[in-house]
Amino acid sequence: MSIDISQFHDVFFEESFEGLDAMENGLLNLDEGAADIDAINTIFRAAHSIKGGAGTFGFMAVSEFTHVMETLLDEMRNGQREVTSDSTNLLLEAVDVLREMLTAVQQKTDTDDERIAAVNKQLAAMLAGEKSAADSGDEDAHDVTTSEENAEQKIAGWQITFHPHKHLFQTGNDPVRMLRELASLGDLTSQLNDDGLPDFAELEPEDSYLSWHLTLKGDISKDDVVEIFEWVDDDCDLEIEAIMQAPTNVEIAVAQLDKNVADPVAEVQQESKSEPSSEPAPSPVKAVAKKAAASPPAATSIRVGTDKVDSLINLVGELVITQSMLSQIGDNFVPNMLPQLIDGLAQLERNSREMQEAIMRIRMLPISFAFNRFPRLVHDLSDKSGKKVELKLTGEQTELDKTVMEKIGDPLVHLVRNSLDHGLETPEVRLAAGKDETGTIQLNAFHQGGNIIIEIVDDGAGLNEEKIFSKAVEKGLVEADADLSPEKIHELIFLPGFSTADVVSDISGRGVGMDVVRSNITGLGGSVEIKSKRGEGSTFTIRLPLTLAIMDGQTIRVANENYIVPLISIIETLEVKESDMKYVSGKGELYPLRDEYVPVIRLYDIFNLEPTITDLEEGLLVIVEGEGQKIGLFIDDLLGQQQVVIKSLETNYRKVVGLSGATILGDGNVALILDVPGLMALYRDPSLAKVITSERAA
Amino acid sequence: MSELQQLNDSLGDVDDRTEQYLTFLLGDEEYGVEILRVQEIKGWESVTHIPNTPDYLCGVLNLRGTIVPVVDLRLRFDMPAREYTPTTVVVVLNVGEGAQRTVGVVVDGVSDAHNILPEEIKPSPDFGTSISTDFISGLVSIGSEMMMILNIDRLLRVKALG
Repeated sequence: MSIDISQFHDVFFEESFEGLDAMENGLLNLDEGAADIDAINTIFRAAHSIKGGAGTFGFMAVSEFTHVMETLLDEMRNGQREVTSDSTNLLLEAVDVLREMLTAVQQKTDTDDERIAAVNKQLAAMLAGEKSAADSGDEDAHDVTTSEENAEQKIAGWQITFHPHKHLFQTGNDPVRMLRELASLGDLTSQLNDDGLPDFAELEPEDSYLSWHLTLKGDISKDDVVEIFEWVDDDCDLEIEAIMQAPTNVEIAVAQLDKNVADPVAEVQQESKSEPSSEPAPSPVKAVAKKAAASPPAATSIRVGTDKVDSLINLVGELVITQSMLSQIGDNFVPNMLPQLIDGLAQLERNSREMQEAIMRIRMLPISFAFNRFPRLVHDLSDKSGKKVELKLTGEQTELDKTVMEKIGDPLVHLVRNSLDHGLETPEVRLAAGKDETGTIQLNAFHQGGNIIIEIVDDGAGLNEEKIFSKAVEKGLVEADADLSPEKIHELIFLPGFSTADVVSDISGRGVGMDVVRSNITGLGGSVEIKSKRGEGSTFTIRLPLTLAIMDGQTIRVANENYIVPLISIIETLEVKESDMKYVSGKGELYPLRDEYVPVIRLYDIFNLEPTITDLEEGLLVIVEGEGQKIGLFIDDLLGQQQVVIKSLETNYRKVVGLSGATILGDGNVALILDVPGLMALYRDPSLAKVITSERAA
Repeated sequence: MSELQQLNDSLGDVDDRTEQYLTFLLGDEEYGVEILRVQEIKGWESVTHIPNTPDYLCGVLNLRGTIVPVVDLRLRFDMPAREYTPTTVVVVLNVGEGAQRTVGVVVDGVSDAHNILPEEIKPSPDFGTSISTDFISGLVSIGSEMMMILNIDRLLRVKALG
């Protein structure tokens, strides 16, 4: 029986990447000197599974590389090696390399062999440096010497006694595969021992009763033999004896497999003895992997908690009941059943709403998925910049739509880098300013209304308004004599081509940052704001809709057309008195809203519609906010509020300035969804609407 | 003789190279589009107007959950407008490379389907700048009538929809 194991590759990659994340997290949490044995164990287990999996699937380069890491980790675990920041950093780098290797294998691209070799060498050097310490007082010393002896004498082959435990098949392992793999290493003779077979009547077909005496001849390293049995070493009695080339087959030593891993020192020594270029013997598995055609990048998947799926099943059950009840009413309907029908419809509505919520919950992931990369990032950056940084994460369990999460990652990285690079000061400067020499960066996530808020707070120097202003003048972004409030100056950093870093470091300062951050966030229907105080630090607040596909909308009416305004952008709606209005040069209308003046946009004007109401006192003013700016939309009337499913206009048409999409109303008609930043752009520059209409073929 | 054969004989020999065209009317003029590009033919229903678009773009309608733009071909060809009634016909077409976009066109009425061989298609005349013909890919005579074959990919490309 042969199984095409390439079908398990996706699962392997997914698990391996999860394992790498776990290793990374674990490594970052390791304290110098006092190693937490649990943490090291977690890291070790992750490395071990990756190594084993990679071996099984024939990704030998990965498995060999992991092996060295594993050895190092094993020494840490056994207390033979101190946990130093050097070794942690090296292991972190090794995790990166491993991730690259796995990605390369997954996408069938080439790996950066030089970097792999370099890190491999560093790992080996670190291991070798500790060799003497590990040798002395090692309880495995017996094994070490014997394998050394074995290695020194010419090995003619191996005697293997392989006695699987009864439950071997239940672990998914098949001795035949192992025997076949052994045979691919060298000249294999096997002798079956069926003494364990019970009478036929008592035979359990799913148990393993057989054992084997195997003789494998050839110049084969013990590692290769051990590797084949790697997955079953808990599930069998295994003895591997060397056959010497000496005239008689003297038993020199019996290497009993260590339960978890073969003794590390011996393995490493053997490895260093074998030529670096030595390829492991080709196994049938490897051939399969090579034959598999280049596949497109794997489809992403979501891990969903069983409770979420269970609740969905329950809801489907209720829905089915409601449906059958309704169809019963419909089958022989008489007018006096109307109340029942209304009840049924109400129940249907409740069911479908609950179902919608449950399905949306499946797409929701805790934001820790996006936050997880920051400990590493901050660790690396603080090393590089010489700043002392403490990262605090709160609200990691706040849930966010998966699509939003994927798109918010990069802007977040950018903001955190900026805070660290530009915001936080060096320890000396901080001490001089009377602050703690360790700076803090906080990442907070929480829900507010229908939004999720992510805050990036640092206690650094804050934004330097003069510097920003002079930079903006220098870049020609503002006039030199412009009089701007501090808030307006803060907004300048979101302009394209703005960067105040005196030196372009590899951390930040390329000037392609903040405008991309803002456009990414607004692309998700969110906004980003800055609060900053000189000497005390800055806070970046990102406001995002919980989900992209569905939003709460307010239907409004203008000039006999209905539009939908995202509820998230509405601040308030009010009736206007003509006497309150202020005018700029007789035309620009401003409404005084508390302590600010809000420009009034007549929607029919910018949409070129035939107005039905032009008197401000007859209509309503909806104050909306976009990109940190408020405007008043003058409309005829407010209609209902409802949840709308966002449909793209671009699928069959194009992007329309001022509209973010369309939705289908209950009556089947299409309603257009307004895009507040787009409306502002259209208000400032009405020619935007004409850009495309000018090209007309006929 | 089987029924199928009889049917085939009555229809005459069908050349492999023939292509079927759906023809529709705009005033007295007859236009044809490849029938395989036609997704469906439906009656007029109200559409949602999109602001700041030319008048020949009637708006968008909901076609089973997708938002589909609708173009009035009369207005597109600068012909006098005609009132929309429930008998006004919307032909839903798949356009673009790989026919990935769906666009509806409003026409006076659908007239016929014709089998046409490639050699029956004559090149479209050149009126110079007075009449733009770059969205007509050829002319075909059907009896005494002339049919214009529309290049819908060019006619209904995104930029031309306004």
